[in-house]
Amino acid sequence: MSATASAPAARHRAPAAALPRLLGGIHSDRALTLEEHVARYGPIGAVVARRGKGLVGLIEESGLRGRGGSNFPTVTKLRAVAGQRRRPVVVVNATEGEPVSGKDRVLLRHAPHLVLDGAVAVAAALGAREAIVAVSSDAAVERAALVHAIAARGRSTGDGRVSLRLATVPPGFVSGEESALVQSLNGGPARPTFKPPLPYERGVGGAPTLVQNAETLAHVALIARFGAQWFREAGTPAEPGSTLVTISGAVRRPGVLEVAFGTPLAALVERAGGYTEPVQAILIGGYFGTWVGADRARTLALADADLRRAGAALGAGSIVALPASACGVAETARIARYLADESAGQCGSCVHGLAAVAGAVERLARLERADERRRLAGWLGQVKGRGACRHPDGAARFVESALVVFADEVERHLRHGTCGKRAGTILPVPERRRS
Amino acid sequence: MRQAGRNDPPGARTEAVIARFLAVNPIACAGHGLCAELFPERVTLDEWGFPIVDPEPVTVELEQHARRAIAACPAMALLLRRGPDRGRIAR
Repeated sequence: MSATASAPAARHRAPAAALPRLLGGIHSDRALTLEEHVARYGPIGAVVARRGKGLVGLIEESGLRGRGGSNFPTVTKLRAVAGQRRRPVVVVNATEGEPVSGKDRVLLRHAPHLVLDGAVAVAAALGAREAIVAVSSDAAVERAALVHAIAARGRSTGDGRVSLRLATVPPGFVSGEESALVQSLNGGPARPTFKPPLPYERGVGGAPTLVQNAETLAHVALIARFGAQWFREAGTPAEPGSTLVTISGAVRRPGVLEVAFGTPLAALVERAGGYTEPVQAILIGGYFGTWVGADRARTLALADADLRRAGAALGAGSIVALPASACGVAETARIARYLADESAGQCGSCVHGLAAVAGAVERLARLERADERRRLAGWLGQVKGRGACRHPDGAARFVESALVVFADEVERHLRHGTCGKRAGTILPVPERRRS
Repeated sequence: MRQAGRNDPPGARTEAVIARFLAVNPIACAGHGLCAELFPERVTLDEWGFPIVDPEPVTVELEQHARRAIAACPAMALLLRRGPDRGRIAR
């Protein structure tokens, strides 16, 4: 199960279980070159030849789950695609439309060959001949790093029969949803489609399509080399391995960190330099995520079982610390409006429901003393499960948790017409560039 | 009601008789609202006129109502499914 199983790989011993794994040995200002990457990890070609289809079983043993937000078992997706008749296509989802996530971009800028190795390895295991790397058209630096990395690999022969292709998709919160991504790659709009068929049944060019998040594939690149047991040396038995986390807000050193599952949230905050000021709540899981009060958050670990008890999930690993000086209702109103605006505009329940939700939260934030909490609760309950994708569900979860965690502030807005806090701009909202 | 077939979603149970569920393609749906008129046993409308479908299975007695609603939908957005979920991969 270790990298010493065959002679050529012997000099690339499995690195210690210590982190970082994905972000080990990177440069601060540029990507690892193919030569540096191969010197560090060994060529992927030898690994692909050694593992063959056995990679699927190895991924099952590793317990790897998707890092794009779904936390879905990677092997299940692999088997679903492998079970189809036609030759499949692999898509690397590096679109990262979540405004408070930066981890996939960090990987592409600093360690693109890990992502590409993972794509090549799963493509080879599934018999796919093409792996498409999809990035947002506004990710110029990442795109340049990928162009360079793919060109360097093209000059070597390490990728065997798998060819890598770069594709750009329009920026947008829903562009990275699997079916939206597939529709965009097929020349259509980057908007979700009705299911079935799911991409694993009919995806790019009608072929069974494996869509995997960029970070997930970077983990695959290491599992393929160093084995499932090595992967499990970090993390917990239920959630093995490490994960990239993007932490921002009121911390001294915001950015992307690699942590083992099970790491206390407090330890993560410590690694980000600690809080810059007193914090009232933590947003866990990005804009589809959940607000958790700071007191509750202090006792949490970055593990699904723990987070679930607080009604939260790590999602794609975005954590934002909201300072006590900022108005949580105003923050929530801005994001509720952003999410309503980012609706693909296809499903009536999403278009009207999220607009109604955003309007009600805005009136609360603007101190209009309009107590629409009952109607708001109705709308929030109603939008879930009715869209072609989970956009309304995620938006509703975010607002619902805000109404609980910021209940005192809401009460003050309604009674006194103020909460005395600044309506800050902690949570970023990208400019609208939808075509 | 009919036998489980090879086109069943992977999550569907393969018992001899499989319940059917009414589903809306929300992208195709334009909110005409005929479904709620013709099949009030399973469909209500939200305040914007878009259908809210009861997740209960469509019983044999109700299947005629369901079929009438499906045939009448101007957007062809209604369908009967052999599973309550949306065809997600079985875990």
